Amino acid sequence: METKLKDTLREKKPAILKRWFDVIMETYPTEAAGFLKGTKNRFTSPVGYTIYEGIDGLIDGLIREVPFEELSPLLDSIIKIRAVQKFSPSQAVAFIFHLKRIVNEELQNMSDAHGVIDAAALSEFGSKIDTLALISFDIYMESREKVYELKASEARKRAFRLLQRESQLYEMQEKERSDFVITNLLREENQLYGMQGQDPNIETTNLK
Amino acid sequence: MAKTPKPEELSKIDYKLPEKGWMDTPVEFKEGMYCHGARPQYLETVDFPNPRQWSSKKDEDWKLPENWKEIVLNGMKERLEKYRSFRLFMDICVRCGACADKCQFFLGTGDPKNMPVLRAELIRSVYKRYFTASGKMLGKLAGGRELTLDVLKEWWYYFYQCSECRRCSVFCPYGIDQAEITMIGREILNLLGLNTDWIAGPVANSYMRGNHLGLEPHTIKSNFDFMAEDIEEVTGIKVEPTFNRKGAEILFVAPSGDFFGDPGTYTCMGYLMLFHELGLDYTWSTYASEGGNFGSFTSMEMGKRLNYKIYAEAKRLGVKWILGGECGHMWRVVNQYMDTWNGPADFLEVPVSPITGTRFENAKSTKMVHIAEFTADLIKHGKLKLDPSRNDHLKVTFHDSCNTARGMGILDEPRYILKNVLNHFYEMPEETIREKTFCCGSGSGLNAAENMELRLRGGFPRANAVKYVHQKYGVNMLTNICAIDRAALPTLMNYWVPGVDVAGVHELVANALVMKGEKERTQDLRLEPLPEKVGAENV
Amino acid sequence: MGALFSFVVVILLILVAYVGVAAAGLQSIFGIVIPYVAVLTFIVGVVYRVIKWGRSPVPFPIATTGGQQKSLPWIKQAKLDNPSSTTGVIGRMVLEVLLFRSLFRNTKSELRDGKLGYGSAKWLWVAAIAFHWSFWIVLLRHIRLFATPVPSFVNVLENLDGFLQIGVPRLFLTGVILLLAVTYLLLRRFYVPQVRYISLASDYFPLFLIMAIASTGILMRYFFRVDIVGVKELTMGLVSFNPVIPAGVGTIFYIHVFLVSTLFIYFPFSKLMHMGGVFLSPTRNLANNSRMVRHANPWNYPVKVHTYDEYEEEFREKMINAGIPIESTVLPEEFEEEFKEKVEDAGTPVREEE
Repeated sequence: METKLKDTLREKKPAILKRWFDVIMETYPTEAAGFLKGTKNRFTSPVGYTIYEGIDGLIDGLIREVPFEELSPLLDSIIKIRAVQKFSPSQAVAFIFHLKRIVNEELQNMSDAHGVIDAAALSEFGSKIDTLALISFDIYMESREKVYELKASEARKRAFRLLQRESQLYEMQEKERSDFVITNLLREENQLYGMQGQDPNIETTNLK
Repeated sequence: MAKTPKPEELSKIDYKLPEKGWMDTPVEFKEGMYCHGARPQYLETVDFPNPRQWSSKKDEDWKLPENWKEIVLNGMKERLEKYRSFRLFMDICVRCGACADKCQFFLGTGDPKNMPVLRAELIRSVYKRYFTASGKMLGKLAGGRELTLDVLKEWWYYFYQCSECRRCSVFCPYGIDQAEITMIGREILNLLGLNTDWIAGPVANSYMRGNHLGLEPHTIKSNFDFMAEDIEEVTGIKVEPTFNRKGAEILFVAPSGDFFGDPGTYTCMGYLMLFHELGLDYTWSTYASEGGNFGSFTSMEMGKRLNYKIYAEAKRLGVKWILGGECGHMWRVVNQYMDTWNGPADFLEVPVSPITGTRFENAKSTKMVHIAEFTADLIKHGKLKLDPSRNDHLKVTFHDSCNTARGMGILDEPRYILKNVLNHFYEMPEETIREKTFCCGSGSGLNAAENMELRLRGGFPRANAVKYVHQKYGVNMLTNICAIDRAALPTLMNYWVPGVDVAGVHELVANALVMKGEKERTQDLRLEPLPEKVGAENV
Repeated sequence: MGALFSFVVVILLILVAYVGVAAAGLQSIFGIVIPYVAVLTFIVGVVYRVIKWGRSPVPFPIATTGGQQKSLPWIKQAKLDNPSSTTGVIGRMVLEVLLFRSLFRNTKSELRDGKLGYGSAKWLWVAAIAFHWSFWIVLLRHIRLFATPVPSFVNVLENLDGFLQIGVPRLFLTGVILLLAVTYLLLRRFYVPQVRYISLASDYFPLFLIMAIASTGILMRYFFRVDIVGVKELTMGLVSFNPVIPAGVGTIFYIHVFLVSTLFIYFPFSKLMHMGGVFLSPTRNLANNSRMVRHANPWNYPVKVHTYDEYEEEFREKMINAGIPIESTVLPEEFEEEFKEKVEDAGTPVREEE
């Protein structure tokens, strides 16, 4: 990266960091934003802290031009949080693009004092942010998949319990057994995702 | 012309609200944050009111009885007269906010109605309006509000987002305990048949079959056979547990979560190996096969109805005393409710360890001892031969379960055991353990699958502290003494801190336990090779 | 909105007293009738509320345990945070009531860049302690007005309180601390987002009221200088049930008295009852000894249970098949012959076999 751009970014980092953090916090509903904003304590305000530390590291990494593999865990920590916070996929990762705008605006303010920053350098920096955004999509998708996987694996456990309850597991042949597992699995998952609580197709015997 | 939205416009969530008071902000049910409604069979099994097919989505018809409001208000009145805690907690909160940021569900979700004070205010506002002079006269100015269907649904939504962990109550200057308010709130909701499927199911199972999973007696036995096979593979020793055996000295009761599904089964194998090694004269019961008590997440009465089995079975079998396994809310119930509900247990004797002779004075009335107390005493007296190096592949931290920490105070016993059975132990930060411990996010019957987002968010503060020790010390094993932890934490770790496994304390005890006549161990209880043994072969 | 409303109400109260005394000359209403009514309401109200609490039983021993339980003799018990004896409970309550121990827990230790520091969470505790203690001392100092001769502890208190020896009359620290603390508690409600969100009119009103009481008191002592002899004549008249209205006591005194009376009347109907309630809180005032001593529930009632016999009835065959001992000696017909032997075996404890 061009040295001048680098120096300028370094100088402007605290302002960029603050604005970026505030913008991210604005994406939360008003009544939550004020509360999540705490950044000081890793353990008693974990959401704010994790996001703050994450974006701090990202800016730093971009300036120092570290490889993307090193930035990925930072993105990971932020996006995992957003993946379980009821954001749409675009909302969950859009925060990356804010950085671009904020950097541009901050540099515009600076340009008088520091002279013109090489447009090519700036555009290169911008494309790095784009790459981050792409990685973010991957992480977001991974995280969502993970959530569904976790749901499914718990459902699977439930199905096994059902099996146990019907006490057929150890009496069945291998083939029968796997069929039985699959059927119950489907039922349970159907129940989880399709219906709200009750699926008329599931025969739940009255225990009494 | 339609404009393409800028990213910053797009990322603003549409539900961003103008700042309004909480009373004027109607509840919104967010997917992933709540459970399915209880299905009718479950409620019928235990004779609960208003069994019906219903959907717990907010906009659906909840099929409430016509006079639901009257039922709720009468239910409140009855409980105000029955529980000093309820009346007092309704009256004396000054809304200082000390509890606000103590709730993991608030820290994880940012939803202000998850602040303990506001969760309480949801019901307190109705109390003010209908039960106090100031609220009747001044209404909203005195903090009162009408009981509407919306308010009722808000109760249901938020009382089932509280894990009854009591963390708020530690910090409250008056000891106001949101767990108590949630419990009473749920009791009132249950008068209308408003339970969750995930709680009502285990309750019905436990009532009819003796355990939450609904395992029938022969199935329990065959589960134990599987475990015994694994133990034999690891140690070469055949354990032979007995069931419903009259005349045993001790009845052992564990959470049924340990009978089925890992990592609970490893803990169960731990119990079996320990008792076998001691030659303990004990029996399991298939009838009282549940230490946990989802009834206590429903109503005090239901809790009592389920808990009844333990003393009844102890009496029928003629044992001398009862030993209890690793479980969180089970021990809240044993410590603070059991004796009052179903005691006095005057047909039992004050527990005395047959191995060390220690008399458990602290359990002289309930006659029920926690296995961590029992094992700590064994270790202290040098009765166990332990090889901690067998756990050398593990870097371990300990998660205090909410109930055993704040409803009992069993903090140092498990730590003492752990430090004797392994070599690498690391504490999580001080404000996240012992009485300040964070909940796993799935307690009090919240460990369903459909509310996964809630669990992951509520468990985030805990996971975050684990992540800290994972990064700093390389911790790879999160131990606990709670079956819900063993069911919920693997999921939580899988999402937030991959690379950390979950185990009950007695799994690691059994790993280290040098048993008489055992073969040389090359595997741990998970049938994974012991790394140092592999190294030894190479030498 | 709650804040504005409460502020306006307090201003109105001040105006009522001012108009009532300065314009309408209702000194005897504001100096005698209202104070009597206020004290009576306070006493009756507080007693009523406490009795009402007392009437609801404590069915379960629900102590919040804030430390290690009493278990094995060699494990150190946290005797104050997890008391198992009455002494421990008293200790816990004393620390709770006098030093707000739970609130003090509210530390936020900060671990950043590997360094440990303490956050601002102690401020609430500091302000609360400052507020309650100075309020209490100010209240005790007022005994000077209600007793002749003045009890010696009041003089001692005044000497301590005014030890800085600033100004004439001597500046009492507690008055200033009270005002500062109450201001902090109010500002906190304005500026800490979550506290603002939970605050109701009934949270702001007492703060504004107490602020007004402290301010009028300070004004009266240091700036407007009411006739102290006249004041004492009035207060002594009140306690000796021989009320008089001496001439020439400034209006501000009546405003002060009216505000205090309002506080007294308001007290039993409001959250200010926390003062009494803290003593009764079952999570704090019970010992965690419920495994040692049975706690009785006065309304414990029999419940419907699923008995062992019902259980065995349902699963008998399966139990027999699995070799689990059963109670019944009458076997299901189809089992009679085939499994008789098996049942007899199963009935024998395994250990004894060995």
